[in-house]
Amino acid sequence: MQALATLGRYTLATLNEIGKVFIFSVQGLKNCFVPPFYFREIISQLVIVGFYSLPIVGLTAVFTGMVLALQTSVGFSRFNAAGAVASVVVISITRELGPVMAGLMVAGRGSSSIAAEIGSMRVSEQIDALRTLRVDPFKYLVVPRILAGVTMVPLLVLVADVIGVMGGFLVSTTLLDFSVGSYISQTVQNLAAIDVISGLVKAAVFGFSLTTFGCYHGFCCDLGARGVGNATTRAVVSSCIGILVLNYLLTALFFGI
Amino acid sequence: MTKIHFERLCKSFEGGLQVLNGVQLGIEKGESHIILGQSGCGKSVLLKCLLGIQKITSGDIIVDGISVQDERRFGEYLRKFSILFQGNALFDSMTILENVIFGANQVRRDKFECRKLAEEKLFAVGLEKRVFDLYPAEISGGMQKRAALARAIAVEPEILLFDEPTSGLDPITGGVICNLLKNTIKSLGVTALTITHDLKVAEFLADRVSVLNQGTVVWTGRTKDMETCGNGYVIRFHQASSLSGTVA
Repeated sequence: MQALATLGRYTLATLNEIGKVFIFSVQGLKNCFVPPFYFREIISQLVIVGFYSLPIVGLTAVFTGMVLALQTSVGFSRFNAAGAVASVVVISITRELGPVMAGLMVAGRGSSSIAAEIGSMRVSEQIDALRTLRVDPFKYLVVPRILAGVTMVPLLVLVADVIGVMGGFLVSTTLLDFSVGSYISQTVQNLAAIDVISGLVKAAVFGFSLTTFGCYHGFCCDLGARGVGNATTRAVVSSCIGILVLNYLLTALFFGI
Repeated sequence: MTKIHFERLCKSFEGGLQVLNGVQLGIEKGESHIILGQSGCGKSVLLKCLLGIQKITSGDIIVDGISVQDERRFGEYLRKFSILFQGNALFDSMTILENVIFGANQVRRDKFECRKLAEEKLFAVGLEKRVFDLYPAEISGGMQKRAALARAIAVEPEILLFDEPTSGLDPITGGVICNLLKNTIKSLGVTALTITHDLKVAEFLADRVSVLNQGTVVWTGRTKDMETCGNGYVIRFHQASSLSGTVA
């Protein structure tokens, strides 16, 4: 009975939290279209979320492409299908691995820093100071970060797609005896527009989700250093889970499974 | 003429914790009023309710005839205030000058005018030009307090709020800040409300003092009358403060 009560409490608390995040994200989305806009903050967040995430996203993409080429080559050669490596690499990278890996990297880097920054601002009364200066903290802090996430994560994914495919190309042509011409032609032939577009749409949704989670946990953080630490951890965990769940839903939506 | 009126103000939190319990108080225009009380008696909550940061449970706060609960006129209501936070609350991603310009932006639209006003206010609180381009973390607590005061007065408020203005400062810097606050209140001719537990600060700054205990104003009057007011808690508070001997 006790276990059942605990399970019930946990379920209600989780549903309550999901509801709060949902309301927060709707408010965030709505405010993206309502002035005033703080352009300086928006530009600053575009740089922080986009430009500063570029090295880690690039590095992840190149190694993912390289490993993917190696693994598919080993696996497919058992079925005499090693020639399909180029197609598998480009489709996997553009549809799934590019958006998901880039999303997870930006979640680890960006969502945590958003939660920590906003959480510290809350603890040190800077958010209250914004309110007393008649600046809506939602418009000043949340909107620029959401806009940065929605615009920069797709751009990062585009870069990750190119770098990831290049990684596969390098391994295939230098270690796996693929000819440059046939690898490129197979890549181009098997790449459909929907592969890239679905990846970019996913990236925009992931960008929205990870920045919203970062902002939400920052805004709701408990007071004190421990509160900020916990908010940061929760932001990363929920952003990553959010990306994985959304990835499944969007894949099902795009490819009619 | 009453500028701020607390009408049977109550504030309780989830779980039934009652912090303010029927606060009844009027603050006159141009007055420097101090709210004294022990830690945890509800002083900061009172201030947050006054600024609309926390919603009140019952009662009301009226400033110049506008209720804090009037959502349509809340912008007009809030425009009357400016606050010096206990921890200064300077934006740490901005330089000192940018912090004050951010405040000045609320009353001036022109970029050049904002900068001019911000510099003027920074000089007025005794900060030198060399600190203008430093970040809050790069300057001392006393300088941060001055910068936060400059930002507060750059908004050109009618009511200045000070939350524990000398907390965390050494006695000498605390004294300097108190002098600065007194001069600022006098020169701007604003209504001031200060929250503190420090009787010396109250004696130095106050025209009138209200003592808050267990969420209720138990006495209002002049600091020199505290010892003879006949209220046991106020007398005990006065005696304990005199014994602890904090210096402003």
